[in-house]
Amino acid sequence: MEAILKIADLGKTYQSAGKMLTVLDHISFNIESGSTNAIVGPSGSGKTTLLGLCAGLDRPTTGTVALNGIDLGSLSEDKRAQARNLYVGFIFQNFQLLPTLTALENIMVPLELRGEKNIRARAIDLLDKVGLAERGHHYPAQLSGGEQQRVSLARAFSNKPKILFADEPTGNLDAETAEKVIKLIFDLNREAGTTLVLVTHDLDLAGKTQRILRIKGGKLVSDINTNL
Amino acid sequence: MENNFPNNKRKTNIPWLFKMAWRDSRKNRSRLLLFVSSIVFGIAALVAIYSFGVNLKKDIDTQAATLIGADLAINTGKLPDAPTLKMLDSLGDRHSEERMFASMVLFPRTQGTRLAQVRALEGDYPYYGNFETIPTDAGKKFRLVKAALVDQTLMLQYNVKVGDSIKVGKVVFVIEGVLTKAPGQTNIASGIAPIVYIPLKYLSETGLMQKGSRINYSFYYKYDHPVDIEKFTKKLEPRFEKAGLNYDTIETKKENTGRAFGDLTNFLSLVGFIALLLGCVGVASSIHIYIREKIASIAIMRCLGVKAYEAFLIYLLQIIGIGFVGAVAGSALGTIVQHVLPIIFRDFLPISVTTDISWGAIGQGIILGVIISILFALLPLIAIRNISPLNTLRMSYENINLLRDPFRWLVYVIILLFIVTFTHVQVGNWLASIFFTIGVIVAFLILTLIAKLLMYLVRLVINASWSYPLRQGFANLYRPNNQTIILIVSIGLSTSFICTLFFMQSLLIKQVTIAASANQANMILFDIQSSQEKPLANYTKKQNLPLLQQVPVVTVRIEKINGKTAAQSKKDTSMRVRERLYGNEFRVTYRDTLSPTEKVMQGDWVGNAPASGEVPVSMEERFAQRNKLRVGDKLTFNVQGIPINTRIASTRQVNWNKMQTNFLFVFPKGVLEDAPQFHVLMTHVPSKKVSATYQQSVVRLFPNVSIIDLGFVLSVLEDLMDKLGSIIKFMAMFSIVTAIVVLIASVRISKYQRIQESVLLRTMGASRRQILAISTIEYFFLGSLSAATGIFIAVAGTWLLARYSFDIAFNVDLLPAIGLFFGITGLTILIGLLNSRGVLNRPPLEILRGE
Repeated sequence: MEAILKIADLGKTYQSAGKMLTVLDHISFNIESGSTNAIVGPSGSGKTTLLGLCAGLDRPTTGTVALNGIDLGSLSEDKRAQARNLYVGFIFQNFQLLPTLTALENIMVPLELRGEKNIRARAIDLLDKVGLAERGHHYPAQLSGGEQQRVSLARAFSNKPKILFADEPTGNLDAETAEKVIKLIFDLNREAGTTLVLVTHDLDLAGKTQRILRIKGGKLVSDINTNL
Repeated sequence: MENNFPNNKRKTNIPWLFKMAWRDSRKNRSRLLLFVSSIVFGIAALVAIYSFGVNLKKDIDTQAATLIGADLAINTGKLPDAPTLKMLDSLGDRHSEERMFASMVLFPRTQGTRLAQVRALEGDYPYYGNFETIPTDAGKKFRLVKAALVDQTLMLQYNVKVGDSIKVGKVVFVIEGVLTKAPGQTNIASGIAPIVYIPLKYLSETGLMQKGSRINYSFYYKYDHPVDIEKFTKKLEPRFEKAGLNYDTIETKKENTGRAFGDLTNFLSLVGFIALLLGCVGVASSIHIYIREKIASIAIMRCLGVKAYEAFLIYLLQIIGIGFVGAVAGSALGTIVQHVLPIIFRDFLPISVTTDISWGAIGQGIILGVIISILFALLPLIAIRNISPLNTLRMSYENINLLRDPFRWLVYVIILLFIVTFTHVQVGNWLASIFFTIGVIVAFLILTLIAKLLMYLVRLVINASWSYPLRQGFANLYRPNNQTIILIVSIGLSTSFICTLFFMQSLLIKQVTIAASANQANMILFDIQSSQEKPLANYTKKQNLPLLQQVPVVTVRIEKINGKTAAQSKKDTSMRVRERLYGNEFRVTYRDTLSPTEKVMQGDWVGNAPASGEVPVSMEERFAQRNKLRVGDKLTFNVQGIPINTRIASTRQVNWNKMQTNFLFVFPKGVLEDAPQFHVLMTHVPSKKVSATYQQSVVRLFPNVSIIDLGFVLSVLEDLMDKLGSIIKFMAMFSIVTAIVVLIASVRISKYQRIQESVLLRTMGASRRQILAISTIEYFFLGSLSAATGIFIAVAGTWLLARYSFDIAFNVDLLPAIGLFFGITGLTILIGLLNSRGVLNRPPLEILRGE
């Protein structure tokens, strides 16, 4: 199968308190299109940084990130933004909905940015899929955590992304709600044929993916196929 | 690597940016309006002044004829010679004549005396407008009989009524009416020099037309057939110039009055501009905090594919929208406020001013409001470009370091250019505009530096042994999102503004009070004829009053400078002296010694004129410098028709602040003794009663002698200062209100900033009292330090003004300053606490949910 994401010799260092701090150290791997993947590791291991680089939210210090054949490191920030809008969907631990927009408007933003037509109907359809058809006019503050994450899911799938990045998607949810949200993520992912990369330290959740990449101290220490 | 990124760039969807700006503002509109309310009062001040200026100009244009009262007015300080009189008689279809001079008047019934501006009139002047009198026909009737029109203030002051009599010189006139307004006269001018009109035919009887008397001759003309007055006067100008005649037409009056009031409105608009700048600092500070709160939203948008400049534009559109709302509100307020301006300026205006809505002024206000909101909001807005989408994963403030952004400096340059340009539009002088801008920057910098110093010192002095509220209150002065700089700048600047005003007003009044006290001269008698000099001196001595100074005064003109006449000097480009010296009248004296207030700076003082050759004269140093004259230069004076060749033998430094006669030119003894002259006598009267008795008897015995009572001058000055002060206070009010709005906005923003912390404290069990104490301490320090800094700047500013501008002794009246200090500190605490009460009175959970 074709690789949607190619990571080669990826490194990231930050300057902190006058010292160079290596967060990611020469990491290489490929993610196949349509696969489900988990990046796991303890706190501070560099998994969120890795996710940020994979999604083109930041530039690597060394190495390359190729998303859908595009070298993200060579693009300007605005071009990367365009790439994100075209190919990437995000789910965050703390939902990251725009607080001043209603649930429906939050879902519409990626589509509006692309200048697409009939987006309202599509956004309502997505809301319906996540079970919030009646809550479209509510603001994030008026929704529960689980509901917010479901809106966030609908938004992530709204632009039909090629790859979906999820950063601890259930980290702020109770067990019951988390289970529902996870089911929704996998269902929608399957339905849309999207590649899924999720960052978690929940091994049960990671076990639901086809491949688990383990990071420790900024290095890739294992890469296991779960044969799912 | 193959790069299959689509080449077609995504076009920016402008309508979507508007939609997002609108959506994003939804939950913040009241806060955004609060931010922008800082500029409302500055815009209101400017629109009010612009509207007033527009209406004033229009009214001057329509009422110019009544300002001058005729088609052409000619005046001169000397009696025109026969050929000139013949020419003057030939002008106009109708004409009137007027002689104007200062003289003592006496009200026989009340025995009140006062120096007044006597105008002896003949003819039907004014041809345009009317004398406003009570009764209304008095303006016409007084000319037919031996009657006078007396200024309203004079009538009130001396408790006289229509029908009473007034003595001018040797003649007693019946008061025919009260003069409420003469053409072109302002209330303030009539308060200083009240007018008494008498018929010209009785002037000679008064005995006031003596040789050496200072009389102004005016001729008013009315053309009943159409004449191009401008063209006509242009043609006659050389003849007028030669004869020493000045003229005014409706058009020149329009221009001159328009220019004078244009300068005034320009100056006032600068005062309004300061209020606006103050508000802008508030806007910049509020938007800065607003954008910080928006980092998460901006990062999300960036994640979803919004480009950096699109995110920037979304918030810029919000600012434009909200700036527009603020500017419209300010313009509306300004349009209302302009109705107050004619009342405030009432005493200074020679015409009645309408208060029509000026759409031009409103347009200017709106454009200015939007531009200035954008300019000052740009500083925090440009930071949006640097907000990384990574903030969605990990919030980091380090990503937005404004100081390293070169655009920040570009914005600073644009703001400075805007201030300089705006000021230039107001004052029309680049140098003055640059100095004004530098002044504003220096004031802002001083206040910012003081605020920074304070924050640094607080860190040093804060002590772990202090009680928690005290430590916390202190620490709030330097912790992140503190308001120390913004409040010290805004409150400090407006405090310094109002305090400088108080200081200068009391300093000037004090200066005159000092002069009027002790044994210094407090009464000046002038227009004393040579024959009256000795009898008056003897009479004064007999009244047990001291003769502090007796000085002869001779009126002269400069005819040649270094051998060249005005005409020759006009042609000679190498002439360094100023041409306007020619033709001006100078009042000079002669004596053999320097007075105690004089000091020779250059050359030698010569007290007695040599038997022959050039007469050595002494010239005042600064006047010589201004006119580029030096020791050794030769001047030919025309002394009432006789030329006298002189040489500048010395220059003198003169202390003009001492209450005594001082002169630009002093002649030695032995030259001017026989020239037509009058004398000045200075004395000290110990009380009002003595002053009144002495004045009455002098007016009775020497009717032509004029008296200036310094005690009276002081009351006139106080009145003038009060009226001027009320205008400046009115303008300063806009700055103060702006400072209060900035204070409220800052406190409310801090409420959002600190709410989590206060709630946390309350959750952990902090009492209402403890939180109240923390807030009180913080606002006490902010208020007191801002006020103290403002007062400090006012003291420094007053010292500079006293030393370099007014050249008077510096001392400040601290009592109003102390009052101001406590007032401002109290107000700051009050506003601070009123705005924090939401946190105090509601349960923590309710607040957390609500916010």
